[in-house]
Amino acid sequence: MTGLQLEIQLIAVLAAAACALSGTFLVLRRVAMISDAISHTVLLGIVVMFLLTQDLHSPLLVIGAALTGLLTVGLVSLLLRTGLVREDAAIGLVFPLLFSIGVILISWYAEYVHLDVDAVLLGELAFAPFDRLEVDGLDLGPRRAWLMGAILVINLIFPLALYKELKLTAFDPGLAAVLGFSPALVHTLHLGVVSVTAVGAFDAVGVVLAVALFIVPPATALLLSDHLPVVIALAVAVGAASAVGGYWVAHTFDTSIAGSMATLGGVFFGLAFLGSPSQGLVARAWRHRRQRWEFALRLLVMHLLTHEGTATEAGEAAAAELPAHLRWEPRFAATVVRLAEEAGLVERQNGLLVLTPRGRELAWEVMLYGTG
Amino acid sequence: MGPLDLAVLLLSDHTVRTVAAGAVLMGITSGVLGVYALLRRQSLLGDAMSHAALPGLALAFLVTRSKESAFLLLGAAFAAWVGALGVIAIPNYTRLKPDAALGIVLSVFFGFGLVVLTVIQRLPTAAQAGLDKFLFGQAATILQRDVLTMAVIAALALLVVILGWKEFKLLSFDPAFAAVQGFPVRLLDVALTSLVILAILAGLQTVGVVLMSAMLIAPAAAARQWTDRLSTMVLLAAVFGAAAGLGGVLLSSLGDSLPTGPTIVVCASLLVYGSLLFAPHRGLVWRRLVAGRRQRAVRALQVLAQLYWLGSQHGDPFYPHPAGALRALAGSGVQASLRELAARNWVRRLPDGRVALTPEGLAAVSDFLQQAAPDTPVPPSSESKPEAGP
Repeated sequence: MTGLQLEIQLIAVLAAAACALSGTFLVLRRVAMISDAISHTVLLGIVVMFLLTQDLHSPLLVIGAALTGLLTVGLVSLLLRTGLVREDAAIGLVFPLLFSIGVILISWYAEYVHLDVDAVLLGELAFAPFDRLEVDGLDLGPRRAWLMGAILVINLIFPLALYKELKLTAFDPGLAAVLGFSPALVHTLHLGVVSVTAVGAFDAVGVVLAVALFIVPPATALLLSDHLPVVIALAVAVGAASAVGGYWVAHTFDTSIAGSMATLGGVFFGLAFLGSPSQGLVARAWRHRRQRWEFALRLLVMHLLTHEGTATEAGEAAAAELPAHLRWEPRFAATVVRLAEEAGLVERQNGLLVLTPRGRELAWEVMLYGTG
Repeated sequence: MGPLDLAVLLLSDHTVRTVAAGAVLMGITSGVLGVYALLRRQSLLGDAMSHAALPGLALAFLVTRSKESAFLLLGAAFAAWVGALGVIAIPNYTRLKPDAALGIVLSVFFGFGLVVLTVIQRLPTAAQAGLDKFLFGQAATILQRDVLTMAVIAALALLVVILGWKEFKLLSFDPAFAAVQGFPVRLLDVALTSLVILAILAGLQTVGVVLMSAMLIAPAAAARQWTDRLSTMVLLAAVFGAAAGLGGVLLSSLGDSLPTGPTIVVCASLLVYGSLLFAPHRGLVWRRLVAGRRQRAVRALQVLAQLYWLGSQHGDPFYPHPAGALRALAGSGVQASLRELAARNWVRRLPDGRVALTPEGLAAVSDFLQQAAPDTPVPPSSESKPEAGP
């Protein structure tokens, strides 16, 4: 691995980690699509600031881009406040316009702006290491790495400083307001951080795929854990893994780095969607199956307990009679009896099913506390 | 040369005419179908679906190696469909909410599409050129054949909307009632979602997948401001969509470097923001005007009531008073109110500058006071504080 490759991966990982950090709270707040809007409109801010400063490295570019992100949020909430359009439409009315203006400006000033439409859509990761930060002739590494690093630091400080506030306002904004926190202020600050981060995402993967860094890793993490610090750590890990893996996929198949990162993120999400121990489709199906048998076992011991020692016991507790009394298919009934015997819940005595002490205990438990 | 002459001149060019026809057809299709997406709060679903169409498009090309639009469109439609399924499945099977599902489908599908697209661009054959036009659209490449395809798509969309008019209307406004009435809600749901795919297909070449959502949202949202009737809204959305398409094509044909897709989106946005501001009844300017008129009417009635109250202190409701006395009670703005009242013939101005109620004014003020506070005697306006006279 060359230094060049290492630097590209470093930049990608820094960007992915920063996006995953602020993206987690976007997903929790159910405003994931606002990151789509912000990352699109960041383009307009960058173009306008570039036309004003004529310097592609000006820090004003980052500030302008972040301000455009906040402007987007402001316009969306302004539109919502008129009551004329609903939230989904409001988002969809703001960002295509601002983004279109950005694209038109790029085409207009094509000879001045060193941004082409490909870069807007794909990011410029592959070329990022060629842009060095030099102080007094000393090479300090790629400029983008420093920018992403700074953005990551902001994304680390923000949740560390406001962890309690962020958590509370994300999960229960009503309670937060009652307790005297200002959900609106926390939300605005958060979207400000998202806007700054979107500038980094824009550099790394372009406008459309920024969402892949903001949303997909936290969504994957949320399928794997219920504990917020773990979710955040997992989100950062998934983001970093998509970044590194995406780079190597792109390297191997000679294709777009940004696209590969997003695709790999999708693969991770798909794996979690299917295989998450708590929420995955497989675990769910398995749990569903197991519950069916457990329910049948409980029904069986209850049935036996009900008729234990009564005159009807001979008819009710015969294994052959179960299908008729419990309305079970004969094969199903046979399996349930076998499982119950294996579990030591019932025994056969003279052709009748008799509860063992353990079976009786379970039956009483079910009688008193239900089948759960 | 006026703008109209310019448009006619531009349209005399064969290429511009073809492109304009394609854009107008696209605008009609997306405008009409966008209405249903908007009413069903699925505006952003169109965004996710149009992005999701990209990998289908690219894979269809990779497999068939042909730019025959039928193959490409089929691939795009299939991928958009899978994307829509994903958006529906993710919140159904996990704790994630629809917004996250939209973001995941949109970005992952689009990312994969870019991967395939880059692979295609590395292919040695020359045939791959021009697939990236589907990202932002490249209207200049629209051929007569493509216009024909778009016309078929538009006709199909309109036909389905007309055939299922009642059912789609019910589904958009009250799906629960539709289900209770025994309509096949699921099937209708699927049909409407599939129609959105048609709109996306129509827009692939003109505005491209990235900006397609704007064409689904903007014309419909603009039309919504002008009417409360579904039929009018659908017609208006078609007109707005067509106008945005035509305007975008004409504007971008003026300059070499004006990309068509974004220009169409800017035109559509102008229509929607114009409608939000100026549409009668709902528009912001209209609401402001109505509020101002109401405020003036209330102020005038206040002045009238004070005139009546002052008069009743003299035992004669028609007793004339100097306007200054009213100003002391009602504050500034009295002159405007008095002008309005005089115009209605509720007060008359005496030559010496004093004003008095007319019999019509008396009838009006007692009506007003009866309605406002049937049991209370007439008080002076409690809101207005006396001001120092000029």
